Amino acid sequence: MDYTEKKATRQSYGEALVELGEKNNSIVVLDADLSSATKTDLFAKKFPNRFFDIGIAEQDMIATSAGLATCGKIPYVSTFAMFAAGRAYDQIRNSVCYPKLNVKICATHAGITVGEDGATHQMIEDISLMRTLPNMTVLSMSDDVQTKKVIEKISKINAPVYVRLARLAVPKIYDENQEFEIGKAIQIGQGTDATVFATGVTVVEAIKAKEELEKKGINIRVVDMWSIKPIDEEMIVKCAKETKKLISIEDHNIIGGLGSAISEVLTEKYPCKLQRIGINDTFGKSGKAEELMKYFGITADNIMKIIL
Amino acid sequence: MKINEISELQKKAKQIRKGIVTAVYSAQSGHPGGSLSIADILAVLYFNELNIDEKNPKWNDRDRVVLSKGHCSPAIYSALALRGYFPLEDLTKFRNIGSNLQGHPDMNKVNGIDMTSGSLGQGLSVANGMAIAGKLDNKNYRVYAILGDGEIEEGQIWEAAMTASKYKLDNLCVIVDNNNLQIDGTIEEVMSSYPIDEKFKSFGFESIIVDGHNIGEILQAFEQARNTKGKPTCIIAKTIKGKGISFMENQAGWHGKAPNKEQYEQAMVELG
Repeated sequence: MDYTEKKATRQSYGEALVELGEKNNSIVVLDADLSSATKTDLFAKKFPNRFFDIGIAEQDMIATSAGLATCGKIPYVSTFAMFAAGRAYDQIRNSVCYPKLNVKICATHAGITVGEDGATHQMIEDISLMRTLPNMTVLSMSDDVQTKKVIEKISKINAPVYVRLARLAVPKIYDENQEFEIGKAIQIGQGTDATVFATGVTVVEAIKAKEELEKKGINIRVVDMWSIKPIDEEMIVKCAKETKKLISIEDHNIIGGLGSAISEVLTEKYPCKLQRIGINDTFGKSGKAEELMKYFGITADNIMKIIL
Repeated sequence: MKINEISELQKKAKQIRKGIVTAVYSAQSGHPGGSLSIADILAVLYFNELNIDEKNPKWNDRDRVVLSKGHCSPAIYSALALRGYFPLEDLTKFRNIGSNLQGHPDMNKVNGIDMTSGSLGQGLSVANGMAIAGKLDNKNYRVYAILGDGEIEEGQIWEAAMTASKYKLDNLCVIVDNNNLQIDGTIEEVMSSYPIDEKFKSFGFESIIVDGHNIGEILQAFEQARNTKGKPTCIIAKTIKGKGISFMENQAGWHGKAPNKEQYEQAMVELG
Protein backbone atom coordinates (compact mmCIF):
# COMPACT_ATOMS: atom_id res chain seq x y z
CA MET A 1 0.00 0.00 0.00
CA ASP A 2 1.13 3.54 -0.72
CA TYR A 3 1.30 5.41 2.57
CA THR A 4 2.51 8.72 1.17
CA GLU A 5 -0.65 10.15 -0.32
CA LYS A 6 -3.18 10.77 2.40
CA LYS A 7 -6.60 12.31 2.69
CA ALA A 8 -9.04 12.57 5.59
CA THR A 9 -12.46 11.01 5.02
CA ARG A 10 -14.06 14.35 6.00
CA GLN A 11 -12.33 15.90 2.99
CA SER A 12 -13.60 13.11 0.73
CA TYR A 13 -17.06 13.72 2.17
CA GLY A 14 -16.99 17.41 1.31
CA GLU A 15 -15.90 16.66 -2.24
CA ALA A 16 -18.54 13.95 -2.63
CA LEU A 17 -21.26 16.35 -1.53
CA VAL A 18 -20.42 18.78 -4.31
CA GLU A 19 -20.70 16.02 -6.93
CA LEU A 20 -23.93 14.80 -5.42
CA GLY A 21 -25.37 18.31 -5.25
CA GLU A 22 -24.84 18.67 -8.97
CA LYS A 23 -26.66 15.45 -9.76
CA ASN A 24 -29.55 15.78 -7.34
CA ASN A 25 -31.52 18.95 -6.62
CA SER A 26 -33.14 17.47 -3.54
CA ILE A 27 -29.85 17.35 -1.66
CA VAL A 28 -29.64 20.00 1.05
CA VAL A 29 -26.81 20.37 3.55
CA LEU A 30 -26.96 21.59 7.14
CA ASP A 31 -24.10 22.40 9.44
CA ALA A 32 -23.66 23.83 12.94
CA ASP A 33 -20.90 26.40 12.57
CA LEU A 34 -18.25 23.85 11.66
CA SER A 35 -18.49 23.84 7.88
CA SER A 36 -14.81 24.57 7.37
CA ALA A 37 -13.90 21.58 9.55
CA THR A 38 -16.57 19.16 8.33
CA LYS A 39 -15.84 20.32 4.75
CA THR A 40 -19.47 21.08 3.97
CA ASP A 41 -18.15 24.54 3.07
CA LEU A 42 -17.32 23.08 -0.35
CA PHE A 43 -21.03 22.46 -0.93
CA ALA A 44 -21.96 25.83 0.61
CA LYS A 45 -19.80 27.69 -1.89
CA LYS A 46 -21.29 25.85 -4.83
CA PHE A 47 -24.92 25.73 -3.72
CA PRO A 48 -25.49 28.56 -1.23
CA ASN A 49 -29.29 28.28 -1.52
CA ARG A 50 -29.25 24.66 -0.48
CA PHE A 51 -26.88 25.12 2.43
CA PHE A 52 -28.11 26.03 5.91
CA ASP A 53 -25.79 27.04 8.70
CA ILE A 54 -27.94 26.57 11.78
CA GLY A 55 -25.31 27.94 14.13
CA ILE A 56 -24.14 26.25 17.31
CA ALA A 57 -27.46 24.49 17.77
CA GLU A 58 -27.12 20.81 16.89
CA GLN A 59 -30.46 19.75 18.32
CA ASP A 60 -32.23 22.34 16.19
CA MET A 61 -30.19 21.29 13.18
CA ILE A 62 -31.16 17.62 13.40
CA ALA A 63 -34.87 18.31 13.93
CA THR A 64 -34.86 20.92 11.15
CA SER A 65 -33.43 18.30 8.82
CA ALA A 66 -36.26 15.97 9.86
CA GLY A 67 -38.77 18.62 8.76
CA LEU A 68 -36.97 19.06 5.44
CA ALA A 69 -37.05 15.29 4.92
CA THR A 70 -40.84 15.16 5.42
CA CYS A 71 -41.10 17.45 2.39
CA GLY A 72 -38.97 15.31 0.09
CA LYS A 73 -35.58 16.91 0.65
CA ILE A 74 -32.54 14.73 1.31
CA PRO A 75 -30.63 16.47 4.09
CA TYR A 76 -26.97 15.70 4.72
CA VAL A 77 -26.28 17.00 8.19
CA SER A 78 -22.84 17.52 9.60
CA THR A 79 -21.04 18.43 12.76
CA PHE A 80 -18.49 16.67 14.95
CA ALA A 81 -19.56 13.16 15.99
CA MET A 82 -19.63 14.32 19.61
CA PHE A 83 -22.29 16.94 18.93
CA ALA A 84 -24.30 14.87 16.48
CA ALA A 85 -24.62 11.49 18.18
CA GLY A 86 -24.15 12.91 21.67
CA ARG A 87 -25.72 16.33 21.91
CA ALA A 88 -28.60 15.59 19.55
CA TYR A 89 -29.24 11.96 20.46
CA ASP A 90 -32.88 12.51 21.42
CA GLN A 91 -33.57 14.44 18.23
CA ILE A 92 -31.97 11.65 16.18
CA ARG A 93 -34.01 9.07 18.05
CA ASN A 94 -37.42 10.70 18.17
CA SER A 95 -37.49 13.04 15.18
CA VAL A 96 -35.40 11.04 12.69
CA CYS A 97 -35.25 7.32 13.48
CA TYR A 98 -38.70 6.71 14.94
CA PRO A 99 -40.48 8.40 11.99
CA LYS A 100 -37.84 6.81 9.70
CA LEU A 101 -37.02 10.05 7.92
CA ASN A 102 -34.54 10.38 5.11
CA VAL A 103 -31.76 12.18 7.00
CA LYS A 104 -28.07 11.46 6.48
CA ILE A 105 -26.05 12.30 9.56
CA CYS A 106 -22.45 12.59 8.43
CA ALA A 107 -20.45 13.04 11.60
CA THR A 108 -16.81 14.02 11.33
CA HIS A 109 -14.02 14.04 13.92
CA ALA A 110 -15.02 10.72 15.44
CA GLY A 111 -12.80 8.92 17.91
CA ILE A 112 -9.64 9.82 19.77
CA THR A 113 -7.87 10.60 16.50
CA VAL A 114 -9.45 14.05 16.80
CA GLY A 115 -6.21 14.61 18.69
CA GLU A 116 -5.27 17.82 20.46
CA ASP A 117 -8.82 18.96 21.33
CA GLY A 118 -8.94 16.22 23.95
CA ALA A 119 -11.61 14.15 25.63
CA THR A 120 -14.58 16.54 25.34
CA HIS A 121 -14.30 16.36 21.56
CA GLN A 122 -13.30 12.72 21.16
CA MET A 123 -16.48 10.77 20.47
CA ILE A 124 -15.94 7.14 21.40
CA GLU A 125 -19.57 6.11 21.99
CA ASP A 126 -21.25 7.01 18.72
CA ILE A 127 -21.21 3.57 17.11
CA SER A 128 -22.77 2.19 20.25
CA LEU A 129 -25.44 4.92 20.49
CA MET A 130 -26.34 4.92 16.81
CA ARG A 131 -26.47 1.18 16.19
CA THR A 132 -28.93 0.66 19.01
CA LEU A 133 -31.49 2.86 17.23
CA PRO A 134 -34.14 1.02 15.20
CA ASN A 135 -34.32 2.10 11.52
CA MET A 136 -30.74 3.42 11.62
CA THR A 137 -27.97 2.31 9.27
CA VAL A 138 -24.44 2.86 10.65
CA LEU A 139 -21.46 3.15 8.34
CA SER A 140 -17.84 3.92 9.20
CA MET A 141 -15.51 5.16 6.48
CA SER A 142 -11.94 3.99 5.98
CA ASP A 143 -10.71 5.80 2.86
CA ASP A 144 -11.36 8.31 0.10
CA VAL A 145 -12.77 5.96 -2.54
CA GLN A 146 -15.11 4.33 -0.07
CA THR A 147 -16.36 7.61 1.36
CA LYS A 148 -17.14 9.10 -2.04
CA LYS A 149 -19.00 6.04 -3.28
CA VAL A 150 -20.91 5.53 -0.06
CA ILE A 151 -21.95 9.17 0.27
CA GLU A 152 -23.59 8.93 -3.12
CA LYS A 153 -25.04 5.49 -2.50
CA ILE A 154 -26.89 6.47 0.66
CA SER A 155 -28.76 9.23 -1.16
CA LYS A 156 -30.75 6.43 -2.76
CA ILE A 157 -31.88 4.83 0.49
CA ASN A 158 -35.05 6.40 1.86
CA ALA A 159 -34.12 6.04 5.55
CA PRO A 160 -31.83 7.48 8.23
CA VAL A 161 -28.10 6.80 7.93
CA TYR A 162 -25.23 7.66 10.27
CA VAL A 163 -21.84 7.96 8.60
CA ARG A 164 -18.75 8.06 10.79
CA LEU A 165 -15.93 10.18 9.40
CA ALA A 166 -12.55 11.12 10.80
CA ARG A 167 -10.22 14.07 11.01
CA LEU A 168 -7.05 12.03 10.55
CA ALA A 169 -5.65 11.80 7.02
CA VAL A 170 -5.43 8.20 5.81
CA PRO A 171 -3.90 6.53 2.75
CA LYS A 172 -5.98 5.25 -0.14
CA ILE A 173 -6.99 1.64 0.43
CA TYR A 174 -9.26 0.90 -2.51
CA ASP A 175 -8.97 1.36 -6.24
CA GLU A 176 -11.68 3.20 -8.11
CA ASN A 177 -13.42 0.01 -9.24
CA GLN A 178 -14.16 -1.28 -5.76
CA GLU A 179 -17.88 -1.65 -5.11
CA PHE A 180 -19.46 -1.11 -1.70
CA GLU A 181 -22.68 -2.86 -0.85
CA ILE A 182 -24.29 -1.93 2.46
CA GLY A 183 -24.22 -4.94 4.78
CA LYS A 184 -21.22 -6.49 3.01
CA ALA A 185 -17.79 -6.28 4.63
CA ILE A 186 -14.67 -6.25 2.48
CA GLN A 187 -12.06 -8.95 2.92
CA ILE A 188 -8.49 -7.93 2.22
CA GLY A 189 -6.16 -10.94 1.86
CA GLN A 190 -6.75 -14.65 2.23
CA GLY A 191 -4.52 -15.44 5.23
CA THR A 192 -5.74 -18.02 7.71
CA ASP A 193 -3.48 -17.32 10.70
CA ALA A 194 -5.80 -14.57 11.94
CA THR A 195 -8.59 -12.19 10.97
CA VAL A 196 -8.43 -8.57 11.95
CA PHE A 197 -11.82 -6.89 11.80
CA ALA A 198 -11.24 -3.16 11.54
CA THR A 199 -13.27 -0.05 10.77
CA GLY A 200 -12.58 3.60 9.95
CA VAL A 201 -9.04 4.80 10.67
CA THR A 202 -8.00 1.42 12.07
CA VAL A 203 -8.30 -0.38 8.73
CA VAL A 204 -4.96 1.08 7.69
CA GLU A 205 -3.38 -0.12 10.95
CA ALA A 206 -4.66 -3.61 10.28
CA ILE A 207 -3.26 -3.56 6.74
CA LYS A 208 0.10 -2.36 8.06
CA ALA A 209 0.14 -5.28 10.50
CA LYS A 210 -0.76 -7.67 7.70
CA GLU A 211 2.12 -6.44 5.56
CA GLU A 212 4.63 -6.65 8.41
CA LEU A 213 3.49 -10.13 9.43
CA GLU A 214 3.82 -11.39 5.86
CA LYS A 215 7.54 -10.65 6.09
CA LYS A 216 7.66 -13.03 9.05
CA GLY A 217 5.75 -15.69 7.17
CA ILE A 218 2.50 -15.12 9.01
CA ASN A 219 -0.53 -14.68 6.82
CA ILE A 220 -3.54 -12.86 8.12
CA ARG A 221 -6.55 -11.26 6.52
CA VAL A 222 -8.10 -7.90 7.20
CA VAL A 223 -11.84 -7.33 7.05
CA ASP A 224 -13.07 -3.74 6.62
CA MET A 225 -16.27 -3.66 8.65
CA TRP A 226 -17.41 -0.39 7.13
CA SER A 227 -21.04 -1.42 7.36
CA ILE A 228 -21.54 -1.72 11.08
CA LYS A 229 -25.30 -1.94 10.88
CA PRO A 230 -26.41 -3.97 9.03
CA ILE A 231 -23.41 -6.12 9.89
CA ASP A 232 -22.05 -8.85 7.62
CA GLU A 233 -22.85 -11.95 9.70
CA GLU A 234 -21.83 -14.30 6.93
CA MET A 235 -18.36 -12.79 6.70
CA ILE A 236 -17.85 -12.92 10.47
CA VAL A 237 -18.81 -16.60 10.67
CA LYS A 238 -16.75 -17.46 7.57
CA CYS A 239 -13.63 -15.86 9.06
CA ALA A 240 -14.27 -17.51 12.41
CA LYS A 241 -14.31 -20.87 10.65
CA GLU A 242 -11.34 -20.24 8.36
CA THR A 243 -8.84 -18.46 10.60
CA LYS A 244 -7.09 -19.36 13.84
CA LYS A 245 -7.48 -16.09 15.68
CA LEU A 246 -10.01 -13.24 15.64
CA ILE A 247 -9.19 -9.66 16.55
CA SER A 248 -11.25 -6.49 16.29
CA ILE A 249 -9.78 -2.99 16.35
CA GLU A 250 -11.60 0.32 16.52
CA ASP A 251 -11.15 3.96 17.46
CA HIS A 252 -14.13 3.67 19.83
CA ASN A 253 -14.96 2.53 23.31
CA ILE A 254 -14.56 -1.20 23.71
CA ILE A 255 -18.16 -1.22 25.00
CA GLY A 256 -20.85 -1.19 22.35
CA GLY A 257 -18.72 -0.67 19.27
CA LEU A 258 -17.45 -2.89 16.46
CA GLY A 259 -16.01 -5.54 18.79
CA SER A 260 -19.31 -5.77 20.63
CA ALA A 261 -21.26 -6.01 17.38
CA ILE A 262 -19.05 -8.86 16.15
CA SER A 263 -19.29 -10.59 19.54
CA GLU A 264 -23.07 -10.49 19.33
CA VAL A 265 -22.92 -12.36 16.02
CA LEU A 266 -20.33 -14.88 17.19
CA THR A 267 -22.18 -15.63 20.42
CA GLU A 268 -25.26 -16.69 18.53
CA LYS A 269 -23.84 -18.14 15.32
CA TYR A 270 -20.38 -19.54 16.03
CA PRO A 271 -19.16 -19.16 19.61
CA CYS A 272 -15.41 -18.57 19.77
CA LYS A 273 -12.87 -16.15 21.17
CA LEU A 274 -12.54 -12.59 19.87
CA GLN A 275 -9.78 -10.30 21.11
CA ARG A 276 -11.07 -6.72 21.11
CA ILE A 277 -8.80 -3.71 20.70
CA GLY A 278 -10.29 -0.28 21.37
CA ILE A 279 -10.50 2.40 24.00
CA ASN A 280 -10.84 0.50 27.25
CA ASP A 281 -13.81 2.28 28.80
CA THR A 282 -11.89 5.42 29.56
CA PHE A 283 -12.01 8.96 28.20
CA GLY A 284 -9.49 10.26 25.69
CA LYS A 285 -6.89 12.98 26.16
CA SER A 286 -4.99 15.64 24.27
CA GLY A 287 -2.10 14.76 22.00
CA LYS A 288 -1.27 14.12 18.38
CA ALA A 289 -3.51 11.52 16.73
CA GLU A 290 -0.61 9.12 16.14
CA GLU A 291 0.58 9.51 19.73
CA LEU A 292 -2.90 8.81 21.04
CA MET A 293 -3.30 5.73 18.87
CA LYS A 294 -0.11 4.44 20.37
CA TYR A 295 -1.13 5.44 23.90
CA PHE A 296 -4.45 3.61 23.62
CA GLY A 297 -3.00 0.69 21.68
CA ILE A 298 -5.03 1.01 18.51
CA THR A 299 -2.00 0.35 16.30
CA ALA A 300 -0.51 -2.16 13.91
CA ASP A 301 2.10 -2.90 16.58
CA ASN A 302 -0.55 -3.95 19.07
CA ILE A 303 -2.22 -6.20 16.51
CA MET A 304 1.13 -7.86 15.82
CA LYS A 305 1.85 -8.28 19.52
CA ILE A 306 -1.39 -10.19 19.95
CA ILE A 307 -0.77 -12.40 16.93
CA LEU A 308 2.87 -13.18 17.55
CA MET B 1 -65.27 22.08 4.13
CA LYS B 2 -64.41 25.66 5.08
CA ILE B 3 -66.62 27.03 7.87
CA ASN B 4 -66.77 30.77 8.34
CA GLU B 5 -69.58 31.18 10.89
CA ILE B 6 -68.27 31.61 14.40
CA SER B 7 -71.19 29.70 15.93
CA GLU B 8 -70.52 26.72 13.66
CA LEU B 9 -66.83 26.73 14.58
CA GLN B 10 -67.84 26.83 18.24
CA LYS B 11 -69.90 23.70 17.63
CA LYS B 12 -66.88 22.02 16.07
CA ALA B 13 -64.80 22.96 19.11
CA LYS B 14 -67.41 21.33 21.33
CA GLN B 15 -67.31 18.17 19.21
CA ILE B 16 -63.51 18.14 19.42
CA ARG B 17 -63.81 18.38 23.22
CA LYS B 18 -66.24 15.46 23.29
CA GLY B 19 -63.81 13.43 21.22
CA ILE B 20 -60.98 14.29 23.61
CA VAL B 21 -62.92 13.23 26.69
CA THR B 22 -64.13 10.06 24.97
CA ALA B 23 -60.63 9.09 23.88
CA VAL B 24 -59.05 9.67 27.29
CA TYR B 25 -61.92 8.00 29.11
CA SER B 26 -61.77 4.96 26.78
CA ALA B 27 -58.02 4.60 27.18
CA GLN B 28 -58.19 5.36 30.89
CA SER B 29 -55.00 7.34 30.26
CA GLY B 30 -53.88 10.38 28.32
CA HIS B 31 -53.77 14.14 28.66
CA PRO B 32 -57.15 15.89 28.77
CA GLY B 33 -56.13 19.26 30.27
CA GLY B 34 -53.85 20.60 27.52
CA SER B 35 -55.99 18.93 24.85
CA LEU B 36 -59.10 20.78 25.96
CA SER B 37 -57.22 24.08 26.05
CA ILE B 38 -56.37 23.89 22.31
CA ALA B 39 -59.80 22.67 21.12
CA ASP B 40 -60.92 26.09 19.89
CA ILE B 41 -57.62 26.71 18.10
CA LEU B 42 -57.85 23.32 16.37
CA ALA B 43 -61.48 23.96 15.41
CA VAL B 44 -60.42 27.12 13.59
CA LEU B 45 -57.35 25.48 12.08
CA TYR B 46 -59.01 22.33 10.77
CA PHE B 47 -62.35 23.84 9.73
CA ASN B 48 -61.32 27.25 8.47
CA GLU B 49 -57.63 28.03 8.18
CA LEU B 50 -55.87 24.95 6.82
CA ASN B 51 -55.63 24.18 3.13
CA ILE B 52 -55.82 20.40 3.41
CA ASP B 53 -57.58 17.50 1.74
CA GLU B 54 -58.66 14.58 3.90
CA LYS B 55 -58.91 12.42 0.76
CA ASN B 56 -55.30 13.15 -0.10
CA PRO B 57 -53.48 13.36 3.23
CA LYS B 58 -49.99 13.45 1.65
CA TRP B 59 -50.85 16.15 -0.89
CA ASN B 60 -47.59 18.01 -1.56
CA ASP B 61 -49.13 21.48 -1.47
CA ARG B 62 -51.08 21.02 1.77
CA ASP B 63 -50.58 23.16 4.84
CA ARG B 64 -48.68 21.34 7.58
CA VAL B 65 -49.33 21.09 11.30
CA VAL B 66 -46.74 20.02 13.87
CA LEU B 67 -48.28 19.30 17.25
CA SER B 68 -45.06 19.83 19.14
CA LYS B 69 -46.87 19.29 22.43
CA GLY B 70 -47.54 15.76 21.26
CA HIS B 71 -49.15 14.61 24.48
CA CYS B 72 -52.23 16.55 23.37
CA SER B 73 -52.80 13.93 20.69
CA PRO B 74 -56.44 13.40 21.75
CA ALA B 75 -57.20 16.92 20.50
CA ILE B 76 -55.60 16.50 17.08
CA TYR B 77 -57.01 12.97 16.65
CA SER B 78 -60.45 14.29 17.48
CA ALA B 79 -60.10 17.17 14.98
CA LEU B 80 -58.78 14.84 12.26
CA ALA B 81 -61.58 12.33 12.80
CA LEU B 82 -64.22 15.08 12.61
CA ARG B 83 -62.57 16.36 9.46
CA GLY B 84 -62.93 12.89 7.95
CA TYR B 85 -59.40 11.48 8.06
CA PHE B 86 -60.55 8.37 9.92
CA PRO B 87 -63.72 7.16 11.68
CA LEU B 88 -64.69 8.88 14.94
CA GLU B 89 -65.11 5.44 16.55
CA ASP B 90 -61.33 5.02 16.35
CA LEU B 91 -61.06 7.49 19.23
CA THR B 92 -62.39 4.80 21.58
CA LYS B 93 -59.33 2.69 20.76
CA PHE B 94 -56.89 5.50 21.64
CA ARG B 95 -53.67 4.14 23.23
CA ASN B 96 -54.85 0.52 22.79
CA ILE B 97 -52.45 -2.09 21.56
CA GLY B 98 -53.45 -2.69 17.95
CA SER B 99 -54.67 0.90 17.47
CA ASN B 100 -52.92 3.38 15.22
CA LEU B 101 -53.73 6.15 17.66
CA GLN B 102 -50.56 6.06 19.72
CA GLY B 103 -50.21 7.96 22.97
CA HIS B 104 -48.20 10.52 21.02
CA PRO B 105 -48.77 11.19 17.29
CA ASP B 106 -47.05 8.92 14.76
CA MET B 107 -46.95 10.27 11.19
CA ASN B 108 -46.52 6.78 9.76
CA LYS B 109 -49.59 5.39 11.48
CA VAL B 110 -52.21 8.15 11.25
CA ASN B 111 -53.42 9.99 8.17
CA GLY B 112 -53.29 13.71 8.66
CA ILE B 113 -50.40 13.68 11.13
CA ASP B 114 -47.58 15.55 9.39
CA MET B 115 -44.91 14.83 11.99
CA THR B 116 -44.28 12.39 14.76
CA SER B 117 -43.93 14.18 18.08
CA GLY B 118 -43.82 13.59 21.79
CA SER B 119 -40.37 14.47 23.05
CA LEU B 120 -40.95 18.14 23.87
CA GLY B 121 -39.09 21.02 22.28
CA GLN B 122 -38.45 19.52 18.85
CA GLY B 123 -41.51 20.51 16.83
CA LEU B 124 -40.60 24.10 16.06
CA SER B 125 -37.34 22.98 14.44
CA VAL B 126 -39.25 20.43 12.38
CA ALA B 127 -41.77 23.08 11.33
CA ASN B 128 -38.84 25.30 10.28
CA GLY B 129 -37.56 22.49 8.08
CA MET B 130 -40.97 22.18 6.41
CA ALA B 131 -41.18 25.94 5.92
CA ILE B 132 -37.66 26.10 4.46
CA ALA B 133 -38.55 23.28 2.06
CA GLY B 134 -41.63 25.21 0.98
CA LYS B 135 -39.53 28.27 0.23
CA LEU B 136 -36.96 26.20 -1.70
CA ASP B 137 -39.72 24.71 -3.85
CA ASN B 138 -41.61 28.00 -4.28
CA LYS B 139 -44.71 26.48 -2.77
CA ASN B 140 -47.42 28.46 -1.05
CA TYR B 141 -48.24 26.09 1.76
CA ARG B 142 -48.09 27.29 5.35
CA VAL B 143 -46.76 25.52 8.42
CA TYR B 144 -48.33 25.67 11.88
CA ALA B 145 -46.47 24.60 15.02
CA ILE B 146 -48.42 24.20 18.25
CA LEU B 147 -46.29 24.54 21.39
CA GLY B 148 -47.10 24.37 25.07
CA ASP B 149 -46.19 27.20 27.42
CA GLY B 150 -44.34 24.70 29.60
CA GLU B 151 -42.71 23.19 26.54
CA ILE B 152 -40.98 26.44 25.64
CA GLU B 153 -38.79 25.94 28.69
CA GLU B 154 -36.88 23.56 26.39
CA GLY B 155 -33.82 25.38 25.05
CA GLN B 156 -34.21 23.95 21.56
CA ILE B 157 -37.33 26.07 21.08
CA TRP B 158 -35.18 29.18 21.24
CA GLU B 159 -32.56 27.71 18.92
CA ALA B 160 -35.40 27.13 16.49
CA ALA B 161 -36.81 30.62 17.06
CA MET B 162 -33.48 32.05 15.87
CA THR B 163 -33.55 29.80 12.82
CA ALA B 164 -37.11 30.78 11.88
CA SER B 165 -36.13 34.41 12.10
CA LYS B 166 -32.82 34.00 10.22
CA TYR B 167 -34.57 32.38 7.27
CA LYS B 168 -37.49 34.87 7.37
CA LEU B 169 -40.05 32.09 7.54
CA ASP B 170 -43.22 34.10 7.00
CA ASN B 171 -44.89 30.84 5.94
CA LEU B 172 -44.57 29.69 9.55
CA CYS B 173 -47.09 30.36 12.29
CA VAL B 174 -46.33 29.33 15.86
CA ILE B 175 -49.13 28.95 18.37
CA VAL B 176 -48.24 28.86 22.06
CA ASP B 177 -50.99 27.35 24.17
CA ASN B 178 -50.62 29.55 27.22
CA ASN B 179 -52.81 27.74 29.75
CA ASN B 180 -50.34 28.66 32.49
CA LEU B 181 -50.15 25.18 33.98
CA GLN B 182 -47.60 22.41 33.72
CA ILE B 183 -47.31 19.15 35.63
CA ASP B 184 -45.64 20.50 38.75
CA GLY B 185 -47.67 23.69 39.04
CA THR B 186 -48.10 27.07 37.39
CA ILE B 187 -45.63 28.29 34.80
CA GLU B 188 -44.39 30.96 37.22
CA GLU B 189 -43.86 28.43 40.00
CA VAL B 190 -42.00 25.86 37.93
CA MET B 191 -39.95 27.90 35.45
CA SER B 192 -41.39 31.10 34.11
CA SER B 193 -41.31 31.52 30.35
CA TYR B 194 -42.92 34.98 30.64
CA PRO B 195 -43.11 37.40 28.96
CA ILE B 196 -43.74 35.03 26.05
CA ASP B 197 -44.80 37.69 23.55
CA GLU B 198 -41.75 39.86 24.27
CA LYS B 199 -39.44 36.87 24.02
CA PHE B 200 -40.69 35.89 20.57
CA LYS B 201 -40.70 39.53 19.50
CA SER B 202 -37.06 39.88 20.51
CA PHE B 203 -36.27 36.73 18.52
CA GLY B 204 -37.66 38.46 15.42
CA PHE B 205 -41.26 37.23 15.39
CA GLU B 206 -44.49 39.10 14.92
CA SER B 207 -46.19 38.48 18.28
CA ILE B 208 -49.95 38.41 18.75
CA ILE B 209 -51.80 37.73 22.00
CA VAL B 210 -55.32 36.35 21.73
CA ASP B 211 -57.99 34.83 23.90
CA GLY B 212 -57.50 31.21 22.84
CA HIS B 213 -61.15 30.43 23.39
CA ASN B 214 -62.47 33.33 21.33
CA ILE B 215 -63.05 32.02 17.82
CA GLY B 216 -63.24 35.49 16.31
CA GLU B 217 -59.90 36.52 17.79
CA ILE B 218 -58.25 33.30 16.63
CA LEU B 219 -59.57 33.78 13.08
CA GLN B 220 -58.24 37.31 13.04
CA ALA B 221 -54.83 36.30 14.37
CA PHE B 222 -54.38 33.68 11.64
CA GLU B 223 -55.28 36.28 9.06
CA GLN B 224 -52.75 38.72 10.51
CA ALA B 225 -50.13 35.95 10.46
CA ARG B 226 -50.86 35.22 6.79
CA ASN B 227 -50.45 38.89 5.96
CA THR B 228 -47.18 39.29 7.85
CA LYS B 229 -44.27 39.21 5.41
CA GLY B 230 -40.56 38.76 5.97
CA LYS B 231 -40.80 37.19 9.42
CA PRO B 232 -42.56 34.38 11.26
CA THR B 233 -45.54 34.96 13.51
CA CYS B 234 -46.17 33.71 17.02
CA ILE B 235 -49.71 33.66 18.37
CA ILE B 236 -49.82 33.43 22.14
CA ALA B 237 -53.19 31.95 22.95
CA LYS B 238 -54.33 32.69 26.48
CA THR B 239 -56.23 29.55 27.41
CA ILE B 240 -57.66 27.64 30.32
CA LYS B 241 -56.36 24.15 30.92
CA GLY B 242 -59.28 21.72 30.95
CA LYS B 243 -61.52 24.34 29.27
CA GLY B 244 -65.16 23.33 28.87
CA ILE B 245 -65.41 20.85 31.72
CA SER B 246 -66.05 22.58 35.04
CA PHE B 247 -64.14 20.24 37.33
CA MET B 248 -61.10 20.06 35.02
CA GLU B 249 -60.67 23.79 34.42
CA ASN B 250 -57.44 25.26 35.80
CA GLN B 251 -56.54 22.05 37.60
CA ALA B 252 -52.93 20.91 37.05
CA GLY B 253 -54.04 17.50 38.28
CA TRP B 254 -55.97 16.97 35.04
CA HIS B 255 -52.81 17.27 32.94
CA GLY B 256 -52.43 13.54 32.54
CA LYS B 257 -55.38 11.85 34.22
CA ALA B 258 -58.43 10.04 32.87
CA PRO B 259 -61.97 10.63 34.16
CA ASN B 260 -63.90 7.80 35.78
CA LYS B 261 -67.34 6.78 34.51
CA GLU B 262 -69.21 9.30 36.62
CA GLN B 263 -66.86 12.14 35.65
CA TYR B 264 -67.04 11.13 31.99
CA GLU B 265 -70.82 11.24 32.02
CA GLN B 266 -70.84 14.62 33.73
CA ALA B 267 -68.30 15.96 31.22
CA MET B 268 -70.40 14.83 28.28
CA VAL B 269 -73.48 16.46 29.80
CA GLU B 270 -71.59 19.73 30.27
CA LEU B 271 -70.43 19.65 26.64
CA GLY B 272 -74.04 19.20 25.58
